[in-house]
Amino acid sequence: MIVMASPRLPGPVRQLLAALRMLLVLTVLVGVAYPLAVTAIAQLPGLRHRADGSLVRAADGTVVGSSRIGQPFTDAAGRPIPTYFQPRPSAAGAGYDPTATSASNLGPEDVVDMFDDPATPGDESRRSLLTTVCGRSRAVGQLEGVDGRRPYCTPGGVGAVLAVFHRDPGFAGPVVRVVSVNERCPAQPFVATYEGVRVECATPGGDYAAGQRVLVPGPGRGRDNPVPPDAVTASGSGLDPDISPAYAYLQVNRVAGARGLTPATVRRLVEDHVRGRALGFLGEPRVNVVELNLALDRLGTG
Amino acid sequence: MNTTTAGVVFAASLAVALGLTYRPFGDYLARVYTSERHLRAEKMTYRLVGVDPDTDQRWSIHLRAVLAFSCVSALFLYVFLRLQGRLPFNLGFDGMAPGQAFNTAASFVTNTNWQSYAGESTLGYLAQMAGLAVQNFASAAVGISVAIALVRGFSRSHTDRLGNFWVDLVRTVVRVLLPISVIGAVVLVAGGVVQNFHGVRTVSTIVGGGQAITGGPVASQEIIKELGTNGGGFYNANSAHPFENPTVWTNWLQIYLLLAIPFALPRAFGKMVGDTRQGLAIVSVMAVLAITGVFLVNGFQLAHHGTVPTAVGAATEGVETRFGVSGSATFAAATTLTSTGAVNSAHDSYTSLGGAVLLLNMMLGEIAPGGAGSGLYGMLVVAVLAVFVGGLMIGRTPEYLGKKIAAREVKFAALYILTTPALALGVTAVAMALPGERANMLNSGAHGLSEVLYAATSVANNNGSAFAGLTANTAWWNTVLGISMLLARFLPVVFVLGLAGSLARQRTAPVSSGTLPTHRPLFVGLVTGVAFVVVALTYFPAIALGPFAEGLH
Repeated sequence: MIVMASPRLPGPVRQLLAALRMLLVLTVLVGVAYPLAVTAIAQLPGLRHRADGSLVRAADGTVVGSSRIGQPFTDAAGRPIPTYFQPRPSAAGAGYDPTATSASNLGPEDVVDMFDDPATPGDESRRSLLTTVCGRSRAVGQLEGVDGRRPYCTPGGVGAVLAVFHRDPGFAGPVVRVVSVNERCPAQPFVATYEGVRVECATPGGDYAAGQRVLVPGPGRGRDNPVPPDAVTASGSGLDPDISPAYAYLQVNRVAGARGLTPATVRRLVEDHVRGRALGFLGEPRVNVVELNLALDRLGTG
Repeated sequence: MNTTTAGVVFAASLAVALGLTYRPFGDYLARVYTSERHLRAEKMTYRLVGVDPDTDQRWSIHLRAVLAFSCVSALFLYVFLRLQGRLPFNLGFDGMAPGQAFNTAASFVTNTNWQSYAGESTLGYLAQMAGLAVQNFASAAVGISVAIALVRGFSRSHTDRLGNFWVDLVRTVVRVLLPISVIGAVVLVAGGVVQNFHGVRTVSTIVGGGQAITGGPVASQEIIKELGTNGGGFYNANSAHPFENPTVWTNWLQIYLLLAIPFALPRAFGKMVGDTRQGLAIVSVMAVLAITGVFLVNGFQLAHHGTVPTAVGAATEGVETRFGVSGSATFAAATTLTSTGAVNSAHDSYTSLGGAVLLLNMMLGEIAPGGAGSGLYGMLVVAVLAVFVGGLMIGRTPEYLGKKIAAREVKFAALYILTTPALALGVTAVAMALPGERANMLNSGAHGLSEVLYAATSVANNNGSAFAGLTANTAWWNTVLGISMLLARFLPVVFVLGLAGSLARQRTAPVSSGTLPTHRPLFVGLVTGVAFVVVALTYFPAIALGPFAEGLH
């Protein structure tokens, strides 16, 4: 029980007791009554479905997820299932895990991979954001049959980053040694020579930080790449249910082929699922992959 | 409409909406804090709590009440989080470890909402709604009540009384935060934000994998998270999570809500000091700085300089498709300008210069428009400083709203201004000097420094957003950042209330020909300049080593 303030108590103690009682009153009011009241209102028809998580059902009536939460369309080995539209890459747990929502949190200049050094205990390997993007672009390009090469990416799908060592300090004098830092030996570096010096592959545990970092642009395109940006970058939540219309259209031929449907049929389905900007200016045009794939399943294998 | 145009219209529509509500909402706030009448529910609360709502408090008593309430709140929340395992509705989660419980309690009581935990894997429903969300209301109300006390320091004359903290606190909750929250929470549910007690529901996905669909009383917490400029997400992904921020229009609404109170309070200030032009001048300074911030973040994100953004062709890493780059950049600017710290995209993955602007937004000291209440009192302190600088230039005793800005007032203002940078840069320096703490960076090199600088700046400004790559759930980070948040919140509160007491004691001097007019564009420019110069002089070296070094190579 809370002791009511007695006038005999000194001022600071009275104030602390008043503070405690105030906190308890607020806890009951905004900590219990308020959320329960909102939950009660949320039971109204029209609201309840949304308050419960906008769950979606397959044709047989079983709940298969939420239309607002993306889900993976991969097989047990993590390979994309060709009969389904693929969502964006996800950094939430092992992918689209709502109990571990997250972004990659890797920065724009994260371009150097770490390799596991067998000489030391533990696995130090870590793929840089650049290599991750290059690898995804290459994989999507291969899956969809388009040229997914991007700037600063090697044909092998890692970051095209050279460590260039000069004879004199301050990156001055002739080049004496060049290492392609993201290509682990015995890989063949993506360029044979740089300024007349043979390019080496990288050895695990090698420290190339002293070299000048040179990024090789290469022939790929960033903007207007056939593989759109959302296909090679992870979302903020790791649960993004949407992809860009461009990425959806890119997948039409593959999905149609795998399902034995005509591309025109699948394309029409995508068109029906493209949502434009709300009121013409809010957000970006997008396609909900969960809803699209559900609709695809309902279409059957015409 | 292309992406850039849509982004401009998006930001402009927010500015228009804030402009439209500036007068009515600000006038309403002024009435709330000047009305003599108590509502029946309020009277009942005062009786339960045992305070007399009609006593006017001296600044020292007012301060003691603020500290008593915050201290009790922090202890209560700490115990609550520690004992979670033994309380109902805990979803099977155990109590928080001591360091993290201290950090989280400090964080929510100080309106920071820095989160070293991930909501969906740490906290049950009771701890979220009856522990954290209560402080989302209370800490915002504390901030506003301190701001109102400072306003009374200007508006009152020859008195040592600044109003009653308990009354301001209760009225803020009952008349402002709660009604808007009830309506807003239902609107958010209509947009798709979840509000249930279902726990985790495991479903078999379309292709037959397992997926755990999370639930929770999210909408009721989401709305106050923005309205009270708190920022602590129910889930780890915060406002990027589709259950917290499901659609493009809930995104718009959330940005509007986190700006609504801070931008309306200057109107209430103007009303209460009897000259609404003074409020307009203050809000103009806020608007100039805020628009610049929003414009720059959008510009840098859409231009997408940097290696990975160039390779990708857009700055989409860490960005949700539905919001797009611009809808994320505007949110990011608003959340860093308001000390909210909610995020709808991963700030850590922003372009170097876009991220630098987010840092600068916070380094302004959360005054443009700043947090609920803290934004107004922070900006008024900068205005006091500007008046002082202006007075020195023209060689007259500086006055602001008829109050002399003499040694005592300037001391309080100077101490206020120094607190935040001392904490932000001090914590950064110490962390970088310790190899273990340095190793908690996810990114290496200049970007790693940005992560640490961002964390220290964020807590020192009671913002709470993060370059989330930093592993902040260690004993050192939890403790140091927790202490930093407490000092960053309550030292300024001491100085602000001291300033308020000292101003209220003065007689209001009549306007003379020598008075510097504080409602003209010249004054707006002066205050903006002072705010900017203070930041530039304080933080430029640190910014240069972090994001600038990364972005300008």
